[in-house]
Amino acid sequence: MADKKKSIALSINDLTVAYSSRPAIWDIDLDVPEGVLMAVVGPNGAGKSTLIKSVLNLVPRAAGTALFYGKPYEKARSLVGYVPQRGSVDWDFPTSVVDVVTMGLYGKLGWFRRPGRKERELALHALDQVGMADFAQRQISQLSGGQQQRTFLARALVQDAQIYFMDEPFAAVDAVTERAIVAILRELRERGKTVIVVHHDLQTVVDYFDWVTLMNVEVIAAGPTNDIYTPDNLRRTYGGRVAYLDNDHGVTALAGD
Amino acid sequence: MGHLSAEDRRVWLLIGAVMLMSVLFIPFSQAVLAIKYTYTVRIVALGGSILGIVSGVLGSFAVLRRESLMGDALSHAALPGVAIAFLLAGRELSVLLIGAGIASWIGVQFIRSVVSTTRIKQDTAMGIVLATWFAAGIALLAYIQARPDASQAGLDSFIFGQAAAIVERDVQLISGVGMLAFIVLGLFWKEFKLVTFDPEFAGANGFRVRFINTLLSTLIVVAIVLGLQLAGVILMVGMLIAPGIAARQWTQKLNQMVILSAVFGAFAGGVGAVLSAVDTDVPTGPMIIVVAFVIVMISLAFAPGRGLIWTWLQQRGDQRRFAAQITLRDLYRYAQAHGGTSHPVPEDILIGVGGSSAQLGLKQLERRGYVNAQAGKWVLTAQGAEAAANDAHNQQLWDAYRVYGDELDLPLINEDRQRSIDEVLSDEAVVRLEHQLERGMR
Repeated sequence: MADKKKSIALSINDLTVAYSSRPAIWDIDLDVPEGVLMAVVGPNGAGKSTLIKSVLNLVPRAAGTALFYGKPYEKARSLVGYVPQRGSVDWDFPTSVVDVVTMGLYGKLGWFRRPGRKERELALHALDQVGMADFAQRQISQLSGGQQQRTFLARALVQDAQIYFMDEPFAAVDAVTERAIVAILRELRERGKTVIVVHHDLQTVVDYFDWVTLMNVEVIAAGPTNDIYTPDNLRRTYGGRVAYLDNDHGVTALAGD
Repeated sequence: MGHLSAEDRRVWLLIGAVMLMSVLFIPFSQAVLAIKYTYTVRIVALGGSILGIVSGVLGSFAVLRRESLMGDALSHAALPGVAIAFLLAGRELSVLLIGAGIASWIGVQFIRSVVSTTRIKQDTAMGIVLATWFAAGIALLAYIQARPDASQAGLDSFIFGQAAAIVERDVQLISGVGMLAFIVLGLFWKEFKLVTFDPEFAGANGFRVRFINTLLSTLIVVAIVLGLQLAGVILMVGMLIAPGIAARQWTQKLNQMVILSAVFGAFAGGVGAVLSAVDTDVPTGPMIIVVAFVIVMISLAFAPGRGLIWTWLQQRGDQRRFAAQITLRDLYRYAQAHGGTSHPVPEDILIGVGGSSAQLGLKQLERRGYVNAQAGKWVLTAQGAEAAANDAHNQQLWDAYRVYGDELDLPLINEDRQRSIDEVLSDEAVVRLEHQLERGMR
């Protein structure tokens, strides 16, 4: 990562969001270089999801800006893909898997235009990428948690974005799904995409991500995982109630009581 | 459209059947109930069906957005609008309805802004609006009725609805406005679907979620207002949500749900109106609601996949199937461990292991000809032994799939171990798994 000329995919300046006068995130300054797989790590209530939502204009900002390749979000929407938390929707909604994936293309279609054959083919292709081709016609109410997550991932892939935001894609999925998601993340990185992931499993940060942001309302540290993911920084993020072990792979944290 | 799945066919068949029943109800009511299709009956029935279509279609979205109670708050909130419109502009139906719509619409916006700016939750905000707006409406109506003005007569029929007052022009109004609402729905179909399913994703994709939400609530207000004269502010919520609830039971696709809901709404509106003509004392609005909820009850009971009876039958079937499978395995394992598949197994042992489900299982197995009883013991027939061996092999293949599926690059399938694996995987894939089994499991 010595190449300093690498372009900045996402640049956040002085970003602050407050919920009823208490700051959820405070004065965030963050530059994310193009082509990294970045984990956003921090304790519950640290504002990780809020960071993503405010960057995507889903919650009002008290202050600050977020620029995507130098452009504000209104002008950069087609560059951005989004995977919300799986629990944020009603999976009993009457629709099929391929339909949900097609929703990833609604934004490009714009007002009034309906998805057609081309959109459907793109959706089927994305489902194939996440190993869900056989599930295209399935009703979404019949999916397991892992399959729901893959469906959401396919919907983001079909957006064909430059920067992806994923809110806890690894939450409560089984090992097979986790492996499949990691494979997709790596493929995205190989294609030069930037992926920003809210992540909770401290054990896998080093294996999965080459870039990391540690935050607890404020940014504690951000940069290449090897430099940033240290016991000291973790302690500054989580406080003293977490025990850390150094092992061959770097740092492992064990949550204490 | 391509080919239709069995499920799609079933839904379209049901849609056709309900339409046919609606039409056949006319001669039926003439012959059996001795209904005379006078001008009034015709107009009220027509108005009822058209209103049923409009509220069925738009109400589907209220149901999916979990805003059924919002519908109730909104219809109650319409009452002061009727009164104020009367005071300002006199007794003209379209004017009264516009007043109703405005009051109701202000009610929604009030609820939404209370929810988004305070810590008050939606149910509480709806309770506030429902009670306050309705109370204001009742007070204003009482004030109007105390005035020496003959034209106010019957204004209180908006509380419970009065179908007999409907004339041809009213039906034209309902049809015209309903058509406009459908055009808007058609134009914004994709947006409404997205915002109802996943508003956050819609927002991130640049859709103006607030605008789309407001538009959709406005359409729902339109449906409510159109029905006020017939069903009244108190009962209108039933017309709005009943067709949608019933339709949701039968289908898993949004477009089918909306169409089915329209058909159910038309049936309830038409049939309820005609039934109320049996006797002059039967009020139309409540009768329509009763018919609509009969449809809901039937749907909750019988709809395949979701209905109570369907679920009960399936659970009973599963129970028997699983009991048979488990008992067969126990029998097979015990017999093999004691000298071979034809070795008799004492019933006590099977019951001791499996309890009452073993009894159920044995009954099933005997019926299939898999086992024979011999003096308190059970013996596998040749057929039974083969079935047990096949089952054991099938489970081994499933085990192999779980362990080696990735390695052998087999497609991702649902692990449904009750099914034979060769139904779900290609022959070639099964052969590869067999191969793996011969080489031995890890």
